[in-house]
Amino acid sequence: MAERPAPRGGAGAASGGLLRLALTVAAKDLRMELRSRTALLSALVFAALVLVVFNFARDPTRLAAIDLAPSVLWITFAFAAMVAMNRAFHVESAHAALDGLLLAPVPREAIFLGKYVANLAFVGAVEAVALPLFILFFNVDLGPHWPAVLAVIALATAGFVAVGTIFSAMVVRTRFAELMLPVLLLPFMVPPLTGAVQATSRLLAGRPLSEVVGWLRLLAVYDVVFVTLATLIFAAVVDE
Amino acid sequence: MTVVSDSGTAVPTLERAARVVRRGWAVTLVALLAAAGVYVLALAFTPIEARQGLAQKIFYIHVPAAWGALSAFALVGLASALYLWLGDRRLDRFAEASAEVGVMFAAVMLTTGPIWGKPIWGTWWTWDARLTLTLFLFFLFVGYLALRAALQDREERARFSAVVGIMGLLLVPFIHLSVYLFRTLHPQPVVLKPSAPSLPGDMLRTLLISVAVFTLLYIGLVMVRYGVGLAEEARESEHELAARAEELHDARA
Repeated sequence: MAERPAPRGGAGAASGGLLRLALTVAAKDLRMELRSRTALLSALVFAALVLVVFNFARDPTRLAAIDLAPSVLWITFAFAAMVAMNRAFHVESAHAALDGLLLAPVPREAIFLGKYVANLAFVGAVEAVALPLFILFFNVDLGPHWPAVLAVIALATAGFVAVGTIFSAMVVRTRFAELMLPVLLLPFMVPPLTGAVQATSRLLAGRPLSEVVGWLRLLAVYDVVFVTLATLIFAAVVDE
Repeated sequence: MTVVSDSGTAVPTLERAARVVRRGWAVTLVALLAAAGVYVLALAFTPIEARQGLAQKIFYIHVPAAWGALSAFALVGLASALYLWLGDRRLDRFAEASAEVGVMFAAVMLTTGPIWGKPIWGTWWTWDARLTLTLFLFFLFVGYLALRAALQDREERARFSAVVGIMGLLLVPFIHLSVYLFRTLHPQPVVLKPSAPSLPGDMLRTLLISVAVFTLLYIGLVMVRYGVGLAEEARESEHELAARAEELHDARA
């Protein structure tokens, strides 16, 4: 790998500038998405369909909806996130838009963080719609611990979206990007999904918060490690 | 025009590739013969375990295969990190070879395990921490190889797979932590543990010999695969040279 050129744009290297540049990149992605709305709407319909299909994939006389609910919620989130994240770099492949983005006087870290923030907003929007649908379809009561449930969702999503963002930049260069992303990403989803499902099921059962602290800590450490690593290693993916 | 790779080493020739492959097969052959010897030793000259009976004999394949797979994957992660740092193409060739051999060893481990598990545990598979971890490592490196196969450009393939290799290395402790909370059923370590090995001397001897033999097998197979990688590169650069010569010819005409 060639030596990476020093971040151009002077002030961009400062952390405040980095964040501002990242938000500019994210705003560009979100503006594009809001104008077409195709990917967002498909991801939403996909999430709703997964929830509906799951309801018919269980024998209602043998298994109560609540027993299956945490797994269904997280499988839905994981699948919908994967559908959504394929979009991030796919939109850049037309007309060599990625080259244009890389030529801009913006450090690589800012580009990655921008893409990451846009993906978070995107996946977060899908989750924000899927969660009420899930509560409706599965007759779930989030109970007194609802802020903790939201914290679990935020922590788990922040982790696997970081890994998904960097992988989507790579798979877009392959022929079967839509298939390659899940194959690469699912092993990386094991720790966040395990933690999220375990924590969610305990919280929905009304167990005390102290029972989920360990899982929350695992999710938080995963977030710190993989967001940092993905941000730093992103240059190796885009710089030839 | 330069015929030198970015790391400064010359572009491999087919002759050199063939030499590496031949040496690799020689080492592999020695390792396979030694493996046959290990099973004679295991079946005829090592005591039968009192409670597990003959089923325990699979231990002498399963444990060295697991050792081979896990070391192979760790070396892929290491070579990946070094590749991104140094950019030496040999590191990428080694990572590719090691990942393929590691997946093969992992497949041996994941098939011999259930064969033993059925009579001893009464079940082919259980979601025990160690089983789950190794299964996901297997999937991780199958994905790694799938990504390699799907990328055309050699340099891009090297960079991308190095990124996956490094991230995979960091993923291992997380998978381990997240699956560890399920009660573990797997036999506890009998050799590599803080106190002295609890395996009887005869069995320990056979196990250590088979681990050494599998390590040799790993080296042999990696050499073969490395040589095949060299041959692929030699062919690619031959094609590139031919294409360039044609261009020059056309330009002159």
